[in-house]
Amino acid sequence: MSSFKSKYEDELIANAAYIGSPGKGILAADESTGTIGKRFANIKVENNESNRRVLRELLFTAPGCLECLSGVILFEETLYQKTAAGVPFVEVLKKGGVLPGIKVDKGTVELPGTNGETTTQGLDDLGQRCKKYYEAGARFAKWRAVLKIGPNEPSPLSIHENAYGLARYAVICQENGLVPIVEPEILVDGSHDIAKCADVTERVLAACYKALSDHHVLLEGTLLKPNMVTPGSDAPKVAAEVIAQHTVRALLRTVPAAVPAIVFLSGGQSEEEASVNLNAMNKLQGKKPWSLTFSYGRALQQSTLKAWGGKDENIAKAQAALLVRCKANSEATLGKYQGNANLGDGASESLHVKDYKY
Amino acid sequence: MSNFKSKYHDELIANAAYIGTPGKGILAADESTGTIGKRLSSISVENVESNRRALRELLFTAPGVLQYLSGVILFEETLYQSTAAGKPFVDVLNEAGVLPGIKVDKGTVELAGTDGETTTQGLDGLGARCAKYYEAGARFAKWRAVLKIGPNEPSEHSIHENAYGLARYAVICQENGLVPIVEPEILVDGPHDIQKCAAVTERVLAACYKALSDHHVLLEGTLLKPNMVTPGSDSPKVAPEVVAEHTVRALQRTVPAAVPAVVFLSGGQSEEEASVNLNAINQVKGKKPWTLSFSFGRALQQSTLKAWSGKEENVKAAQDALLTRAKANSEATLGTYKGTSKLGDGASESLHVKDYKY
Repeated sequence: MSSFKSKYEDELIANAAYIGSPGKGILAADESTGTIGKRFANIKVENNESNRRVLRELLFTAPGCLECLSGVILFEETLYQKTAAGVPFVEVLKKGGVLPGIKVDKGTVELPGTNGETTTQGLDDLGQRCKKYYEAGARFAKWRAVLKIGPNEPSPLSIHENAYGLARYAVICQENGLVPIVEPEILVDGSHDIAKCADVTERVLAACYKALSDHHVLLEGTLLKPNMVTPGSDAPKVAAEVIAQHTVRALLRTVPAAVPAIVFLSGGQSEEEASVNLNAMNKLQGKKPWSLTFSYGRALQQSTLKAWGGKDENIAKAQAALLVRCKANSEATLGKYQGNANLGDGASESLHVKDYKY
Repeated sequence: MSNFKSKYHDELIANAAYIGTPGKGILAADESTGTIGKRLSSISVENVESNRRALRELLFTAPGVLQYLSGVILFEETLYQSTAAGKPFVDVLNEAGVLPGIKVDKGTVELAGTDGETTTQGLDGLGARCAKYYEAGARFAKWRAVLKIGPNEPSEHSIHENAYGLARYAVICQENGLVPIVEPEILVDGPHDIQKCAAVTERVLAACYKALSDHHVLLEGTLLKPNMVTPGSDSPKVAPEVVAEHTVRALQRTVPAAVPAVVFLSGGQSEEEASVNLNAINQVKGKKPWTLSFSFGRALQQSTLKAWSGKEENVKAAQDALLTRAKANSEATLGTYKGTSKLGDGASESLHVKDYKY
């Protein structure tokens, strides 16, 4: 069979399509305990469970935000947390018409014999874990593969391992009712130009779709979370339209139309950059047989975190900052974003951290 | 580079797009000397150069036909032939806005250790031959890879060899200004059902696009010539809508939107079947980010050949028969074909020949 027939087939297709609804996108709030610790350290907040819970409650109950979202990716701990009033976060999201998602990978490990290239772990007992997450209310999953551009990178080994790891994860998700987000992130680090990034992105995506085909994954029940095609972080910037053109062309050359939506990662882009670039893509004329939307972590939360600073009295202000970015990105998916005259503190700040490790 | 930049880059893109013009398609008139001999003998005509020339003149000067064609594939001999009045066929076609194409493969040979599976030859000196054909006026090329469905077929080996042969041929064409038609024909022979054909077609096409990516082929400057997805020849027929649904879905799952047009082969389908199926394909609702048109040989020429039977006095009737089919297929590319109450003699005749060898 071209795709094995999961008993969840119709549901997978419907959920994947829903995530691609025009005007909506994904909030990536799945920072692991270690990673969220780094964010907290920046705003001098202690990294304990209660603060992690408070932050996520701030995000999920922010007035007006959920209508801009079709999904939120959660870390395992968060999937089982509740509001202070005792309402499970999963319920809050569902009531707001937002699908809960779950990060299922277990981070990256180095590939011996390479120059710091990695593969992602998390396949062991993944089926059982997915089943458990589905029972807890999750309807999609995320797994982040990481590649880098260098003189000899990404190597054929790295591309193969990451593509086939993604494909194996994807089919296990589908066996258990979760729509897999396929995320082959090519890091922005480096001094390469946009043409190089385009070349690598096309090569990596072609490998991913061959792997997904080999593993009998139902493409209509998946999402893609790629990097945008941009110059390296040490290379001169280019206009949003140039990023848009190179990105859409790379996708047209590699991503089958059966995939309902592409949800970009923001990488090291500032909040404003990420919105402006997404907007430029949606304004581009020409073939675009998938929704083009967002799955942003840092690029949705940066100003919110700064505004909150860990203080209860700042919650409303922090939620207002989140709404600004949610609305901006919602408009960007429709090609209607005018740019933000009223930038929150931190909205233009680059979020690039060299050799970023989650 | 994701694709090497051919000096013919812009021309390749323009010509490939032109072939996909709505309302037009390709007449495959590239039967080798041996193959045309079989056709001629079935109408009791001697297989000599003058008869082959007369037939092709009949086809290319048929009143009203060329407006429905964007391309004609020729065999090498024909590329250098002229009308009785001395006008090169290439000029006849160019003047009518029809791109001349050239068959460049040298037939199939068996793959050792398989059960009658084949690979296609023709790579030796292909670059020089393409350059020569370009000078003679050709602007696109065709190479037919053949796969079959059986208990253990197509084997991974056969899929790999044929996909990589096609990719190598494709990039050599582009280096020399010819738009390559990529033709991975999966023979209709067999008792398998339509699901099996769909699974195999998706697997084969996924392999083809991985190979094209590996070989740095510019997808915007290629065409795809696949089989439609149908039940096997020894299996019960299904409705055109079912063929259409399975076919479009297979393409959505595998053919990047960068490819401008898909030009179906007719396999063993009768003239009428091929038109009705193409029409149904164009009526399918949903994403179809490529033109869906025809590249028919037998399914355009069957009634014409019968009407001609090698006799001068029949040329007009034969040309009328060709016009009927050309118009039918033109309408089919627009989804407006109503079927024909006035079928030419032979229009409903299956053109299936078991284990068809060109």
